[in-house]
Amino acid sequence: MGFLFQHSGLFYITPQIAVMWLIGFVLIYLAIAKDYEPLLLLPIGFGIVLANLPLTHLMQPDEGLIWRFYHYGIQWEIIPPLIFLGLGVLTDFGPIIARPSLIFLGAGAQAGVYLTFFAAMAFGFNLNEAATIGIIGGADGPTTIFLASALAPHMLGACAVAAYSYMALVPVIQPPVMKLLTTKKERLIKMKKSRKVSRLEKLLFPIISTVVILIMIPEAAPLFSMLMLGNLFKESKVVERLASSAKNELMNILTIFLGISIGATMNAEVFLNPKVILVFILGLVAFIVSTGAGIILAKVMNLFVKDKINPLIGAAGVSAVPMAARVVHKVGSEEDKKNYLLMFAMGPNVAGVIGTVIAAGIFLTLLK
Amino acid sequence: MSEEILAPLEGKVVKLNISIGDKVEEDQEAFVIEAMKMETEVYVPCDGTVESVMVKEGDEVEEDAVMAVISCE
Repeated sequence: MGFLFQHSGLFYITPQIAVMWLIGFVLIYLAIAKDYEPLLLLPIGFGIVLANLPLTHLMQPDEGLIWRFYHYGIQWEIIPPLIFLGLGVLTDFGPIIARPSLIFLGAGAQAGVYLTFFAAMAFGFNLNEAATIGIIGGADGPTTIFLASALAPHMLGACAVAAYSYMALVPVIQPPVMKLLTTKKERLIKMKKSRKVSRLEKLLFPIISTVVILIMIPEAAPLFSMLMLGNLFKESKVVERLASSAKNELMNILTIFLGISIGATMNAEVFLNPKVILVFILGLVAFIVSTGAGIILAKVMNLFVKDKINPLIGAAGVSAVPMAARVVHKVGSEEDKKNYLLMFAMGPNVAGVIGTVIAAGIFLTLLK
Repeated sequence: MSEEILAPLEGKVVKLNISIGDKVEEDQEAFVIEAMKMETEVYVPCDGTVESVMVKEGDEVEEDAVMAVISCE
């Protein structure tokens, strides 16, 4: 009995460890009771608890079970691109092909990424850390994780939790910004129906965009190529088994490994330092600025286009798909129930995914 | 004059609240379509009478499919 007691983790428990348990429990609670991004926050929350149980060696390099998930899945940059494979299958780029100018809204909403990059440096973070914090504003989990593991692995846990938490809070964060920056008249704008997109266009889009984007920004290749391959699976309609697996079984399997691994990187030493609070504040700033930038850009575009854009859809440039589009639809329907903005908002929403991957590619090109 | 109720997005009709001959009001809830993990309500565009209904609960509809026609007052 004494032998067992001596080898237990009991004497290694510190207040810091207890705090981390609390954080893990809070995330688990939010996931289960409040339905906050449960697919990620539940395993992350549990992973945090696991990482802070002394002597388990779960994260022991070369030996630990969860270290292996983390090393081969995330450090080797395998999981995020494969998640993008599934996302590509789930994404319909039709709204963007029908009205390509909406790509600007996806690009403009990345303003929060760049602004936060500079703000983070002003707060003392180095270039790599600042880029990782900035990309939180892109509202894209896998891209955030991909960039963090390449540039600032010690910030992976904090940035990932911030990104997924704010994505869950999009319905809370975005509407005040949207109402502040738009007039009632603008919110009532009914947009003209976009043209129908042909099957050929939807087939050529992933192929051509991959060639073009990867020639310009080769560092974006792992994420972008998988996104467009998945989309090609979907649009070809001849590989339904592959498409179905990519968006269902594969996605779910990857999400399991991703969640546990991220949570398990958050041990007390890494997470309990004041810089982490800054990460969360800056991440929120990134989200808000991106939302605002998308809306303002839409208002600017309205000065030049004949078919007016409802500026609300600019907020959907924040690539939380399809959450941001849903929020745009809801805010629009508060003014006029018959204004169905959802499909219009999907344009900037999916463009935002591309925009965020490009932003990550740019950071990697400059900083790696 | 008649006005068509078009499906604002592709999805499944999960609720159908109107039938042929009903007297309806503008902004009354006519259908609910499920897509992208949310339910989108579709509303009657004008005061009038339901001339025809083309879908039933459980049908999959494409974007811009005509779901009903209302004869407006």
